[in-house]
Amino acid sequence: MTGHVLLVEDEPNIAEAIRFILARDGLRVSHLADGLEALAAVRGDRPDLVILDHMLPGLSGLEILSAIRADPDTRTVPVMMLTARGRDREAAERAGADRFISKPFSNAEILAEVRAMMNR
Amino acid sequence: MPLSALTGTRLRERRLANGIRQADLAATVGISASYLNLIEHDRRKVGGTLLVRLADALGFDRNALAQGSDTVLIEGLQSAASRGGALSVELTGLEDFASRFPGWAGLLVATDARVQTLERAVEALNDRMTHDPHLSQSLHEVLSSLSSVRATASILAETEDLDPDWAARFHRNLHHDSERLAVGAEALVAYLDAGSAIAEQGIAAPQEEVEDWLKARGWSFADATLVEGCDDEVAALASTAARSLARAYLARALGDARALPMAEFAQAVAEVGPDPFALAESFACDPLLVMRRLASLPDVGAGLVTCDASGTLTFRKPTAGFPLPRFGAACPLWPLYAALGRPSQPVETVVEMAGQGGRLHRVLAWATPGHPMGLRGPELREAAMLILPDDQPRQTALPIGSSCRICPRQTCPARREPSILSEARS
Repeated sequence: MTGHVLLVEDEPNIAEAIRFILARDGLRVSHLADGLEALAAVRGDRPDLVILDHMLPGLSGLEILSAIRADPDTRTVPVMMLTARGRDREAAERAGADRFISKPFSNAEILAEVRAMMNR
Repeated sequence: MPLSALTGTRLRERRLANGIRQADLAATVGISASYLNLIEHDRRKVGGTLLVRLADALGFDRNALAQGSDTVLIEGLQSAASRGGALSVELTGLEDFASRFPGWAGLLVATDARVQTLERAVEALNDRMTHDPHLSQSLHEVLSSLSSVRATASILAETEDLDPDWAARFHRNLHHDSERLAVGAEALVAYLDAGSAIAEQGIAAPQEEVEDWLKARGWSFADATLVEGCDDEVAALASTAARSLARAYLARALGDARALPMAEFAQAVAEVGPDPFALAESFACDPLLVMRRLASLPDVGAGLVTCDASGTLTFRKPTAGFPLPRFGAACPLWPLYAALGRPSQPVETVVEMAGQGGRLHRVLAWATPGHPMGLRGPELREAAMLILPDDQPRQTALPIGSSCRICPRQTCPARREPSILSEARS
């Protein structure tokens, strides 16, 4: 599979594991840990998929998602959110997330979801 | 000696009225302070020679505990009936019931008290899960570590041709995350354990920990004690945040004591009464300072709440019949908030707390603006509300609650969210 995934996650070891799984599957993965930088990257790089953690420094995952959906240039970018709780998931759904993965996730689960979204 | 179900409550009231510390009374009668605490909250029965020793130590007539039991029971039954909601309760003949079936009456009153305690526990735990940033942060930390461990371990287990450099890297990550997970889990367990040991109502946050400590001290410090400091007691508090709050509390109390020495202040209160505005005028000081000093006088029996400009309660000293929310925002109708919006103007109101059988309180509130960084800095506000029992016949009183989450006043115009008790009450 080919394509560019922007991973926005402030936990370095989680990010490393996800990068490894996706890169092994052929995807190009760029990683950012800061919310503000991530928003700029979405606007500048136009990734094929954004994987967005809920709790981030700078801007929260929900704030980034809202900004992506409010910008006509980025509103169609597919976004998968990594959430911890049911309440977070409901908020993410309202903000316009396409998919959700709840922590702690399995590698097979996240890979299957990414493949499904990239093949849409 | 026949015993009332509320003997412990009466012992506690007498001890506080006498200004005796719980630990001192426990030592006098030869039991631990924690056991005395259970007795005072009616969680352990007391009788025989121990009751005699307690009665003697408190200057109680040994028979008075028994003689007053009917009255206490009847008041308790009336209070329970007022919380019956739609249930029809026969209010006539309560005296006969209490007299003929004191055991059943005592059980009913004790059960009602227990229900109230549990309702507060429900509120506390509900709000803790919803709002407590400490718990939320702790859970997030554990969950993040767990996610990383799972993902990394899965790669190591399932990737047969993993490059040795990558394998070493993931092993390091796994080691790091497992340590982090262990620390996070231990911290979480310690946090929950500390709370359950302090009170059965819920899990203690730093502010609760300090308030439990103050409660055990009868909410009062002798001026000399404040000068000497309470370093050992503060050091015994479980969390760093609680110790910091306790030190701030003591520093302020010492300042209050220096501004209003107790001997002089108590004399003025005896002459003027617990009127914070008259006393503030008399001593030419901030009414907030007077309110804090009044709340530390055991004889006055006043409750006190303070808040900052956001309305967050920063201090809670409860008083009988006026339950205070442990977390989250209080009732928006509290005169505390009226004062907050009108700084430097006194507010006095008679209020009726929901679910307390029509019991009234006279509350006096005041807010003081401050500029600790000068006029170029932000204006800060602190408001306080002194809560005094009110036994005067009144035509009207402002109906208020503790917080919307446990308030049964369904049609209140100030309600901001449904009550979690509404279904059980209706």
